[in-house]
Amino acid sequence: MSGIVTGKDIANVLDPIPSAVRVPIRFYPIAVDKVRYVGEPVAVVVAEDRYVAEDAMELVEAEYEPLPAFSDPVAATAADASLLHEEVGSNLVHHRTFKYGDPEAAFEAADKVISLAWRYPRYSSTPMETYGLVANFEQQPDRYTIWSNFQGPFILHALMTGALGVQGNRLRLITSPHSGGSFGLKQAMFPYMVLIAGCSRILGYPVKWIEDRLEHLVASSTASDRSDQIEAAFRADGELLGLRFKNLVNVGAFIRAPEPASVYRMHSASNGCYRVQNIYVENRLVVTNTTPIGLNRGYGGPQFYYGLERAMEAGAKELGIDPAEIRKRNFIQPHEFPYQTPAGAKYDSGNYEGGLEKALELAAYEDLKNLREHARLEGKLFGIGMAAGIEPSGSNMAYVSLAQTPEERAKAGGRSGGLGTATVSFDPSGSVTVKTVSTPAGQGHRTVAAQVVADILGLRPDEIDVVTEVDTLTSVWSLASGNYANRFSSVVISAIVESAEKVAQKLKLIAAENLEVAPEDIELTGGRAQVVGVPDKSVSVRRIASQTHWHPAGLPDGMEPGLFEAAILNPPMLNAPDDLDRVASAVTFGYVFDIAAVEIDPSTGAIDVVKYVSVHDVGNVLNELVVEGQIYGGFAHGLGGALLEEFIYDAGANPQTGSFADYLCITATEVPKLTIGHSNTPSPHNSLGAKGMGDGSSMLAPSAVANAAADALGSFDIELPLTLNKMWSQANGNEYVRAGSARPKLGDGVGSAVFSDGGLEGSGALEISATRQEVWINLLDPQTLSAVVPGCEALEQEGEDDYSASVKIGVAGIKGTYSARITIHDKIEAKSARLTGSAFGSLGFGRGEGLLELEDIGDGRTRLTYSYQANVGGKVAAVGQRMLGTVTKFLIGQFFKGFERELASQHHSSSGLGSFARLLGRGRS
Amino acid sequence: MKPVAFEYCCPDSLEEALQLLVEFGEDGALISGGMSLGAMLNMRLVRPAALIDINRLEELARIEIKADEVTTGALVRQAIAMQSDKLASTVPLLMRALPYVGHYQTRSCGTLGGSVAHADPSAEIPLSIVTLGGSVTLRSMRGQREVAASDFFHGLLTTDRKADEIITALTWPTSVAQTGYSFKEISQRHGDFAIAAVAAKVTVSNDEKIKDLSLGLGGIEDRPFVVDTSSFLGKLANTETANAIASAVAETVSPMVDLQANADYRRQLVRVLGAGALVDAMVDATRQRGTA
Repeated sequence: MSGIVTGKDIANVLDPIPSAVRVPIRFYPIAVDKVRYVGEPVAVVVAEDRYVAEDAMELVEAEYEPLPAFSDPVAATAADASLLHEEVGSNLVHHRTFKYGDPEAAFEAADKVISLAWRYPRYSSTPMETYGLVANFEQQPDRYTIWSNFQGPFILHALMTGALGVQGNRLRLITSPHSGGSFGLKQAMFPYMVLIAGCSRILGYPVKWIEDRLEHLVASSTASDRSDQIEAAFRADGELLGLRFKNLVNVGAFIRAPEPASVYRMHSASNGCYRVQNIYVENRLVVTNTTPIGLNRGYGGPQFYYGLERAMEAGAKELGIDPAEIRKRNFIQPHEFPYQTPAGAKYDSGNYEGGLEKALELAAYEDLKNLREHARLEGKLFGIGMAAGIEPSGSNMAYVSLAQTPEERAKAGGRSGGLGTATVSFDPSGSVTVKTVSTPAGQGHRTVAAQVVADILGLRPDEIDVVTEVDTLTSVWSLASGNYANRFSSVVISAIVESAEKVAQKLKLIAAENLEVAPEDIELTGGRAQVVGVPDKSVSVRRIASQTHWHPAGLPDGMEPGLFEAAILNPPMLNAPDDLDRVASAVTFGYVFDIAAVEIDPSTGAIDVVKYVSVHDVGNVLNELVVEGQIYGGFAHGLGGALLEEFIYDAGANPQTGSFADYLCITATEVPKLTIGHSNTPSPHNSLGAKGMGDGSSMLAPSAVANAAADALGSFDIELPLTLNKMWSQANGNEYVRAGSARPKLGDGVGSAVFSDGGLEGSGALEISATRQEVWINLLDPQTLSAVVPGCEALEQEGEDDYSASVKIGVAGIKGTYSARITIHDKIEAKSARLTGSAFGSLGFGRGEGLLELEDIGDGRTRLTYSYQANVGGKVAAVGQRMLGTVTKFLIGQFFKGFERELASQHHSSSGLGSFARLLGRGRS
Repeated sequence: MKPVAFEYCCPDSLEEALQLLVEFGEDGALISGGMSLGAMLNMRLVRPAALIDINRLEELARIEIKADEVTTGALVRQAIAMQSDKLASTVPLLMRALPYVGHYQTRSCGTLGGSVAHADPSAEIPLSIVTLGGSVTLRSMRGQREVAASDFFHGLLTTDRKADEIITALTWPTSVAQTGYSFKEISQRHGDFAIAAVAAKVTVSNDEKIKDLSLGLGGIEDRPFVVDTSSFLGKLANTETANAIASAVAETVSPMVDLQANADYRRQLVRVLGAGALVDAMVDATRQRGTA
């Protein structure tokens, strides 16, 4: 029982997955003819277990014709950039501009304009549990069932049925009751669900796939990396008059749904916490040869605040105003709520200044400033930074349609809303079951739902079972179902409350008749329905609930039997976008204010977060422990992005961070003490006054820490993550260049794509006791080459100056067999030549270029100088990057050592050659 | 991420293990703690025909203290070594290095011999034994031999061990009077591969001069190595000398380059960590003289 499925097989039975953007891209969940990023599936091998499947996978031979590749969004815009999707005619797949108020006038009136341009790194929250799914296809009628840990949003169900070519009720999605972390990442498994479902259809049996860590880090999803700019217009007194955002977003190789949502989630809150009315936004989304992006904790928030909150801090510096003070002067005031923002959001409640004051107090801000002064007197690099932000929660599914113009939207038909659903029921034994479709991944949904329903029904939380499995054939669900955008406490809980209250009302009606009082006089408490304040006059809740099943005839006149209530609610403010591109993007708007203090050691670049304070407005707190846990988690993820985490591609778009040895996921050891404060204002948009929360400091820690580092270093020109080497270079005024990186400069102009630069580089020289002519002849001689290329097992001449070989290379136990191709170019007889080569094998692939030059140094001796650059990709690069430079040097060294030996043996004279027996290439790179 | 099929052998005696090595040659892989090999197996970076599990070879798990040297069996767990009072007093440098090795959990599995056999250029245990001038004992059916640690490490993950040999023990010279030790390293997160690691051993004479000195570097080149500091013997043991040594050494190294660090930064770490470690070791030496 095994099979292999290729892209062509899938394209024969499935349609492309629909997109939210109208561009002619055919997005299949597997490469068809063209591979656009490392990690894109090329073939699916199915076997009885994964061991056998991996054995079989090594026997799959894919023939590649290498194409240029790049990973940088600025490179994507270059006039000469290669196209990922020829049908589109450009790598720019989405471009829209927006204007609210009168930004031009605001900038003309400004006393000070702050301009910042930066790159934001690509990272993700890397859940401990990876993707897992089983898909089964049945016929007559065609029907798919997929068991998975998919997190929603279930709007993607419609995209999956589109690709699978079945009506909605023939795609049954069953999700696990909880999963080990998700943070948005498990949204992006839907193409894999389609792919494995397609495999089941082709092969005729159920197919299971559990993603491994390498697959997850290379090919699941990440937050977007961006190359953004901001301009902020200030009056001399600190009033923020206008903002211009110019966003350039790297969406990866495909614009995968729900993109371009990552730039529209924060869009209607583009003013942040501030009263600024004049706002211009330009969004450009480009495709590159990287893994497609998707939801990740804070979705679009960290990138957005990295512009706005650094501009606020820079404005304060330039105007000589305290950064806390400049924010206060611009905050929306408590009496202004509900507050309509320029781009259409309706902020529910808040006391931003109160929250800020609380944070300053917890941070002992004045003492902290004194500490900074003393530290600086001692020559230390000490800085304080802050960031303020609102936390949109409970998304309007229609905000994504801002990607279309008002005219396009009108044509497409209306979109609005974000339905929350829940059911509460008593079974015949009188016990309660709550069902939500909130796909929790550790957020405590079951705990909070049980607690809230217990309060309403007068029961204990432990008596209530909460079912969180979703089954699209049996659950009450809708498009917005799932776990994202802090939706549980902003929307879902209201649906749970509504259905529980319907049940409670029915219980009270029955109890009222039994006890011969009015229903308003009944309260549910301690497991009993009792006359208010008269415990003696009561009846057991369980008993009257059972009665609805056992004795329907005994119910009050006209009452329906059974106790099963569903609530399907749509928060009323979630309208469709209007003709001016304004939309109420979310239901509740929490508030977060963070202060960070850091000290940077100029001798090592080590950055120490000496203080971090975070104050939150989450509305009414539903469960203190859950709230605190979420705040810690969001902080850790934000700090990871600030200090450590980045998915790195080399100049040839090869991923370099395929394991947790190279993708530096933050761990408990790196998280400093966090001081948490609350400044809660109940939300009128939620039946319990709660607000969504959980993104929290994941959105603000990157800005707060960057602002603190900028304060310490005296420059806003910094790039996350703030790693040791980078900080050391910056603290000492050196330019930092990461090995293997080649990126166009930042700025307005189109970039120039650089493809051959970077990677592994090196050079060396050796002196040989042979004439130039002898060396030249040997270098071009297949027999000599075959003897000296490390691990060369079979060398064949394919044409003039064109050779193929099977090469077994490796270091220690790490060996692989590669099929290699070497071509010699630009020959200048006995003087110089250029060699290009490529090698493909099961561990990875490499491409490189080398230059050889020969020089006469007298006495019949020749100096050979060489330089090389290479890119290595595939598994060996993804998990072994720290070894590659050393291994490459070693192999090149072996080649020339072998070459010397070969020449020496031809001369039959060993004298004078022993001195060359040193490891070549060392010390010259 | 699943290993290729391999034969699993779990010998009960060293003799049996050595015979298996003869049988499988290059295709046999020894496993003890498996903290590096496990991941490499899973990623199919290594594809042995047989995995020879030596965890039952109790005779390799002993610590023996002699007059002027200490022998630790290859199977001694890093966590066990850390808890050994005897090792703490006889091989203080190792005690300073061990907390940097991986994490609490990995040290409970990882062995001293395994780390030396794996020969990661950043690893702390190889750096310690090289710095102290210790040796590695190897056994095969052909016999037993002892290799100086400085000759044992050939390069990246490559050692002097032949395919039919097992590392049976590591031998550490015992600490001598008026000698101080220090171990320092920098990595992005605790337990990560060191971007740079420095081990120092300094003997200070009664007149405050450097009598003996060994400065080892890890994570800088393709193997741990001791730098030549002979020209500084007899100099005053103070911060100025420490800085001079570290600065001179930094100019002589050819640092590796990877995503985390370029050559300039690694050279800087040699300067900073080197000077810091030398000063700490000098202070340690002086303190011992005071208590002696």
